[in-house]
Amino acid sequence: MTSIETTPASGRGDSPLLIGLAAIFLGRPVTIVAACVILVFGCIAIFAPMLAPYDPLAQSYLKINAYPSAENWLGTDQFGRDVLSRLIYGSRNSLIFGLIAPVLAALVGTTLGVIAGYFGGIFDRLVTRLIDLLLAFPELLLAIIISAALGGGFWNIIIVLTIAFVPGFARVARASTLSVKQEPYIEAAIAVGVRTPIIILRHVVPNIAAPIVVLMTLWVASAIRLEAALSFLGMGTRPPHPSWGNIIRDGLSNIFGSPWPIIGAGFAITLVVLSFNLIGDAIRDVLDPEISE
Amino acid sequence: MLRMILLRLVDAIPTVLLVLTLVFVALRILPGDPAQVALGDMATPEQLELFREQMGLNMPLWQQYFIFIWDMLTLNLGRSLVSNTPVAQIIAVNLPYTIELTIVATGMGVLFGVPLGVLAATNRNKLPDNGVRVFSLIGYAIPDFYLGALLLIVFALNLGWFPINGGGTDFASRMYHVFLPALTLAMVKTAFLGRLTRTSLLEVLGRDYVRTARAKGAREGRVIYRHGLRNALLPITTGLGLSLLATLSGSVAIEMVFNRPGLGETLISAIAERDYPVIQAGAVIFAFFVVFINLLIDIAYIVIDPRIRVQ
Repeated sequence: MTSIETTPASGRGDSPLLIGLAAIFLGRPVTIVAACVILVFGCIAIFAPMLAPYDPLAQSYLKINAYPSAENWLGTDQFGRDVLSRLIYGSRNSLIFGLIAPVLAALVGTTLGVIAGYFGGIFDRLVTRLIDLLLAFPELLLAIIISAALGGGFWNIIIVLTIAFVPGFARVARASTLSVKQEPYIEAAIAVGVRTPIIILRHVVPNIAAPIVVLMTLWVASAIRLEAALSFLGMGTRPPHPSWGNIIRDGLSNIFGSPWPIIGAGFAITLVVLSFNLIGDAIRDVLDPEISE
Repeated sequence: MLRMILLRLVDAIPTVLLVLTLVFVALRILPGDPAQVALGDMATPEQLELFREQMGLNMPLWQQYFIFIWDMLTLNLGRSLVSNTPVAQIIAVNLPYTIELTIVATGMGVLFGVPLGVLAATNRNKLPDNGVRVFSLIGYAIPDFYLGALLLIVFALNLGWFPINGGGTDFASRMYHVFLPALTLAMVKTAFLGRLTRTSLLEVLGRDYVRTARAKGAREGRVIYRHGLRNALLPITTGLGLSLLATLSGSVAIEMVFNRPGLGETLISAIAERDYPVIQAGAVIFAFFVVFINLLIDIAYIVIDPRIRVQ
């Protein structure tokens, strides 16, 4: 699935992945901490069944809206469900979209952008106009309008997030393709008779990979935030299955009962998004120094 | 200048049509049957057929498309399936609350953000600068609805300083009700505008004419405001436009948090209740606002920067 994106980035020139990683983390203690935070949350998501003290869906009418105690570290919600267990399982539903949506959007957006940029013509004008229009919309509004048509659920969220992110990738891919197209090596490839699909895959795509990868890492955080917002609005992960967004939604309707679900879930979102932002910034500085501040 | 502005206005017409097309595509052509979504999984085939009949959903697609465009342009928005009130009336009641929230929040954001950015830029790499950096990092990461919920819990629920829900009636009570929701959005705006002001101002302060101004002995305040901030205004205006858009989309979640009437709250409850005509109208109005704000940004450019006028 990621072959087009990752092979050129890691196989480019003589700088192996290790040097890149070193450049990202060396001398940046904050980035290292951020990476550790993400590692911890990744482990929590993977090993959720082993870590969660209770079943996240198990209700107990004996302890409703309990405050934090030794038994339930973050208390219970209005159905007597253990908040900590719901947060732990919720990490799965929240993080998975951050991994899938940017990759899918990158694939679709890059394809559109490269084709538009390389061939030009009517298709290019059409794509450009559509991109401009879609980019004018805040992602959340776009996502709300599309989910109004599709409804919630796993695959629909994936579709919504992908559509929301495609225009950004398409614009960057198109702009980069336009500048790469001017390079002498493309002209040389055309002159010696390399077929167009090969030129695009072997010469264009590897050379526009850096900004695309940067965008992908920057949007992991956006995808997680957007899923949280959609679930909060009742259009994302469907209850009773927990995601950090719908835990806050449930918590708000029970705000007189216990504030702990809101505090816990929001803290988790903030921490994860902050960490991904920091890492995205670091990767941007290394891969694409031109666009960093 | 007037000619440029008129040109931009004319240019917005195809955009509006394209936006309407987009909403139409999203609601009608994407997989997902509006009748099924509106009536739910329990609907019988007869009910579905009747609904399609009433909403004109079994006409050919191109016919539906022209009827849709015409209805939206003539503000013939239909009636709510839930309350049977005209959709236009629902919108008219709720829209002012959203506009109020957006304006107050953006105003607060500018009021905090720009001075904070100037403070950071003039104290580069010192305490205020680092403070603004940390603040904006958190501001970028924290979801606005979470921040809103925290403010609600602390200031409305526990301290009782502010109302928990509603939108207020007369001016004073409306401002009282809008304060916490606006503050929530403004804090996110402040993070963004502060950072942006800092970057743009630092860039301008590195220019030659600023050095010249300092060399001829202009006072520091004059250098910062007359030579610096004024020339940093263009990127800040773009940022302001973007943050106006972000505030508009953020208002959806914030209206849910504070249980406040408004366009976002109307749209989201309509989606939950599958009130198809309201969903359609809400989506179109939001889309119009997006086009309108982008138009405002363009016009602001023309007014602020004389160089754009000449082209």
